[in-house]
Amino acid sequence: MELPDRYRPIVDDFEAFRAACERPLPSVVRVNTIKASVADVRAALDEADIAAEPVDWNERVLVLPDAPPGNNWPYFHGWIHGQEEVSAVPATVLDPQPGERVWDACAAPGSKTTQVAALMDDRGAVVATDNNLGRISALRSNSERLGATSVAVTHEDARNHSVKPFGGATYDRALVDVPCSCEGTIRKNPDAFDDWSLSHVEGVAGVQKGILARAVQATDPGGTVVYSTCTFAPEENEAVLDHVLAAEDCELVDYDLPLTHRPGVTEWQGEEFDPSVRTAKRIYPHHNDTGGFFCAKLEVTG
Amino acid sequence: MSNDSTKFTRLPATAAEREEEGRATREAVLEFWEERFGVPPETFDDHTFWERGAGKLWVYRGTPPSPVDVEGLGMTFLRTRQEHWKPTLEAVQRFGEHATKNVIHLEESEARAFVAGHGQELDWDGDWGYLIVTHDLAGRREPVGVGLYVYGELRSQVPKGRRRDLDD
Repeated sequence: MELPDRYRPIVDDFEAFRAACERPLPSVVRVNTIKASVADVRAALDEADIAAEPVDWNERVLVLPDAPPGNNWPYFHGWIHGQEEVSAVPATVLDPQPGERVWDACAAPGSKTTQVAALMDDRGAVVATDNNLGRISALRSNSERLGATSVAVTHEDARNHSVKPFGGATYDRALVDVPCSCEGTIRKNPDAFDDWSLSHVEGVAGVQKGILARAVQATDPGGTVVYSTCTFAPEENEAVLDHVLAAEDCELVDYDLPLTHRPGVTEWQGEEFDPSVRTAKRIYPHHNDTGGFFCAKLEVTG
Repeated sequence: MSNDSTKFTRLPATAAEREEEGRATREAVLEFWEERFGVPPETFDDHTFWERGAGKLWVYRGTPPSPVDVEGLGMTFLRTRQEHWKPTLEAVQRFGEHATKNVIHLEESEARAFVAGHGQELDWDGDWGYLIVTHDLAGRREPVGVGLYVYGELRSQVPKGRRRDLDD
């Protein structure tokens, strides 16, 4: 079945969903608190006559209704970073604390990596992994522009992530924002549905399972792993969680998300998932005027 | 400990602990920032300094066992290969607020020209060489980057990839 119709059974107000997918997204920036406060950034945008409105769930995320985010003083100074509203969700769910060790398994181009570093007040260690050198270049330049000195970058397949470069140290938390079919970015990338195929979804789901499993293994018992995608496909979301819940020592935990959302689906095309996948959150474009997103929080148990 | 160009090697604390002649030490790096820019050494108490490639220093907030075989460790910080050491734009934006000397403050139009990569003839009574460039932003003096002042001209050292013609 073609997109987006395959999601008619799980999306409420389907026509509103389809209409929202066809609207462009506003420019959104995140305030980089490593270098400036929210008040500093709002003053600097004001000086440049750039209108900015915070989203209601996070004062560090500002909508710029009239301006692209990249060609002004606060951007040049690394005070702000262009980052879609829902993309700012997983790092807040991860809730990293200053001084902790955090692994960002699929880090490039670094929006979430630098958000994690900022939430830790740039104190602690963020190991940022990616498997693509070109994208690592973008990760490094974003990380430097934003002034993150606690970020180390590794080039490897996250499924085989090695803790050796840092003396074997494991992690307090891990962010697993995996490569996916990106259906939820349709409002930013209007051709996101065109390249869609079920075989790609199934292939990338295998990779996602491997990366999430490695993150659970590399995180200490009691630690937190956040899994996120920008796709609606249950094959890449609840099915991945279901697989890793059975294979690794971890469980899903509920969390508060102050954006309108729907619970994870426990059934898809005849397949049933562990009931705890309901604690995962689905964010649809028509509910908050954002991109689409999926985010789950796990606790490592052994 | 060899100076492997693909690995990060932590700087020795002092020359006495140095195994290779001519390599920078933590002590020398702290002295440079203090003598040239008045940045107090304790600014970097939580940071370590690392070298990857000859004379390319990085600053990192952590103390992993040296050497570290990764793609990036914190941010690029200082070039020590030439006679005159040169801080990076990133280092100046991150730590330059602590500078008290060899800081040149620009007017808005001058700061825009600097960011666009242009050289400018400006009056400057202080030393020639690398200066920290600041401008006013949101009510404070904010470091923008590094300029080279010689022969009455401030030459922008903003790397090509970072230059911008900012919107009016």
